[in-house]
Amino acid sequence: MADISSNFLGIKSPNPFWLASAPPTDKKINVLRAFEAGWGGVVWKTLGSQVKNVSSRYSSVDFGGHKIMGFNNIELISDRPLDLNLKEIKECLQLFPDRAMIISLMADNDRKSWHELIKKVEDTGAHGLELNFGCPHGMTERGMGAAVGQDPEIAKMVVEWVMEAAHIPVITKLTPNVHSPVPTGKACVQAGTNALSLINTIQSVTGIDLDTLVPNPNVAGKSVFGGYCGPAVKPIALKMLTTISQDPVTSKVPISGIGGVSNWKDAVEFMLLGAANVQVCTAAMTYGFRIVEDMCEGLNNWMDEKGFKTLDDFIGKSVNTITHWEDLDINYHIIANINQDKCIHCGLCYIACEDASHQSINLRYGKPYNTYTIKEEECVGCNLCKLVCPVNDCITMEEHRKGDEYLNWIEFQKRGLPLNDH
Amino acid sequence: MSIINNRLSKEQYDQNFSDIHPPFETKDAALVEANRCLYCYDAPCTKSCPTGINVPKFIKQIASDNVKGSAHTIFSSNIMGAGCSKVCPVEKLCEGACVFNLMEEEAIPIAKLQRYSTEKAMANKWQLFERKPYPSLENGGRKKVAIVGAGPAGLSCAHVLSREGIDVTIYEKEAKGGGLMTYGIAAYKVTPQFCEDEVNYILSIGGIAIKYNQELGKDISLDGLQKNYDAVYLGIGVGLARQLNIPGEAVAGVEDAITFIYDIREKGYDKVAVGDNVAVIGMGMTAIDAATQAKRLGANEVTLVYRRTENEKPCTQEELDIAKMDGCKIIWLAAPKEVISEAGKVKQLVCSKMKLGEPDASGRRSPVDTGETFSLDVDMVIKAAGQMPFETLVKNNNIENKSGKISIGKNSETNIKGVFAGGDCVNGGKEVVDAVQHGKDGAMAILSYLNIN
Repeated sequence: MADISSNFLGIKSPNPFWLASAPPTDKKINVLRAFEAGWGGVVWKTLGSQVKNVSSRYSSVDFGGHKIMGFNNIELISDRPLDLNLKEIKECLQLFPDRAMIISLMADNDRKSWHELIKKVEDTGAHGLELNFGCPHGMTERGMGAAVGQDPEIAKMVVEWVMEAAHIPVITKLTPNVHSPVPTGKACVQAGTNALSLINTIQSVTGIDLDTLVPNPNVAGKSVFGGYCGPAVKPIALKMLTTISQDPVTSKVPISGIGGVSNWKDAVEFMLLGAANVQVCTAAMTYGFRIVEDMCEGLNNWMDEKGFKTLDDFIGKSVNTITHWEDLDINYHIIANINQDKCIHCGLCYIACEDASHQSINLRYGKPYNTYTIKEEECVGCNLCKLVCPVNDCITMEEHRKGDEYLNWIEFQKRGLPLNDH
Repeated sequence: MSIINNRLSKEQYDQNFSDIHPPFETKDAALVEANRCLYCYDAPCTKSCPTGINVPKFIKQIASDNVKGSAHTIFSSNIMGAGCSKVCPVEKLCEGACVFNLMEEEAIPIAKLQRYSTEKAMANKWQLFERKPYPSLENGGRKKVAIVGAGPAGLSCAHVLSREGIDVTIYEKEAKGGGLMTYGIAAYKVTPQFCEDEVNYILSIGGIAIKYNQELGKDISLDGLQKNYDAVYLGIGVGLARQLNIPGEAVAGVEDAITFIYDIREKGYDKVAVGDNVAVIGMGMTAIDAATQAKRLGANEVTLVYRRTENEKPCTQEELDIAKMDGCKIIWLAAPKEVISEAGKVKQLVCSKMKLGEPDASGRRSPVDTGETFSLDVDMVIKAAGQMPFETLVKNNNIENKSGKISIGKNSETNIKGVFAGGDCVNGGKEVVDAVQHGKDGAMAILSYLNIN
């Protein structure tokens, strides 16, 4: 059995799965249920400025008959009294001392407010703070949340205020609503944050009700841009995580990965790209806290199979495999192969290649089943056929190198090698 | 032992004749299946449909909340798509070809999804087709076509012609349209009410008049139709039950399946008499429909007698399973030899034991008499040994034929210029969906004959 316990800035938890700052972590009853279910830690829903929430608050994007491929919300930070939250945090800490308890914060934009808030929160015995520089709706109109995270100078200033007062580790949560999270990440690291977390939600319109013509979520006939999250944002989150993991400044601090983590595989991917742990929200909001059971088991089994004994054995292992395009090996060439024994003759590979790629698949008519084969000389190895094929391992991409040596684009140009003639 | 009607209570009849393939109860249920469809290219299901319904398209239209478009896709290829969704032997057509079968997974329930869209279209009376205006005088002006038979072939032909702006008159010998859909199929598959609704829905495009109780050769003549119309389409079906030609056949209590099924649909369940012990001769779809319905009318014991083995059975496995689940007994390799009666009532059916010999013209091994016999104690015999074409009628009109089956060329035309034919009267009796396609082919041929594009 692998050891899946996690140590993030000295904050220990039995596994690397924390619940992100969100509705599932906004009060004692939820948090106790989460700990009972086995979650390694929670980031308590953001405390700070006084707010009032609206109704409705959430909407989603369904795809192909599956609910909640993507999810968005227009809920603000905690609308419960601060004292009640602090009292409940303390109680949770007493009942589950082995779990990580991080408190998300978003004070009004002045030094005094931040200092006061930090003091009160630290008195609960919480293990760490997470600065909410990412909330993209509502709070931004008051100059908070993403409005801070989108401006490296402001972010730096706030982190400096925080570091003056904080005695426990500080994680700064970054917004994805920027062309790159790196400038703000750098500024925060330079200002002294102990760690970074990303991504927060992405500004979005999930859809429009085609009867009322009002976008979702509908609040008395109006809507606002909501923060998008869930499985759909994972690829964007992984990309942003990679840029933070690869930057010489931001990579100096641990990173907590967030954005569409729904199962152990997603979590492993975040960790391979440099996240020391992950935070989860949408999946728990969709299915409840019980999902953590499989996350722990799946991670453990995978680590055993791969021979990883601790999380540190694989965290960051894929960071360097993401490179510049011009470093890619042009001589590497793969060609699709269709396993005729597995083929179910659905024709999806054929029509995708014919209409949208390189017309590299033959169709031999049959009634009712056509036979599809690859025109090897035409195939560019794009993967499209394999991606649309509904049968596992029916289409495989086989290596047929164009040349033995590694050859990148720069060298290719230098040698004046010929471009495609078709 | 006696043949009596009104054996069951109304509740029992209703239960026994309720829809055997119930529809999706909810939209969500339909969407689960619609979303499972892979949207195959050059789809095997479409290729396996005699009318070539674009199955992936209509299923994806259900998934995209375009049910109206879905119904249009179905009806464009098959105007009886609603009825076909209930009576097609889909296990050997579209669903049998579904690629999920090759993954050892359940096929997409294509018929059920087709029913989902078409039922909505009929219930909401969506008018999905518009008649083209009449051709101008330079282009030949208004044309009118006579169709004989308001069955699937005739209705399908009529609808295509009407869409093209042609006035159609259908002459139907029965009092209702729909042909064998209305008169020849088990009531637990399609109800008489549904058949009537379907015919009305098809007619709602306009331009099609049906004259009922008009039989070719009696009330109307082919010559007369040729004189009064620009073209004639014959979709007269098959009707005469094949006789067994065995001693004792001509006694009360020996009935043909077509009449038996017709009566169930025309008279009502409680009015149709059935024996205590019934033998049904044959193993086609009609034999199954007769046997299962005899059982469902309250017969104690129903035995299907077939002269070949299960391997050669003309019905589908699904149909056979219905009969088995209804408790029908099955005797393979048995051919009726004699009906023994007493005081004008059937007492026994004597059968010859058969064995399989060499393959015959159909490619199936033909049954050979072993010389041994056995007897079944029955009080009713239902003959479902196939139907015969209207040979005399066809010959009297000098229509080229093969043993009464009308011969047509590639363009659906008979040997008589301007007279076209299709459906069971040409193919000898196939599925509704085959007749619908024939009707479309006939209509296209007539349009070309009339120089209408």
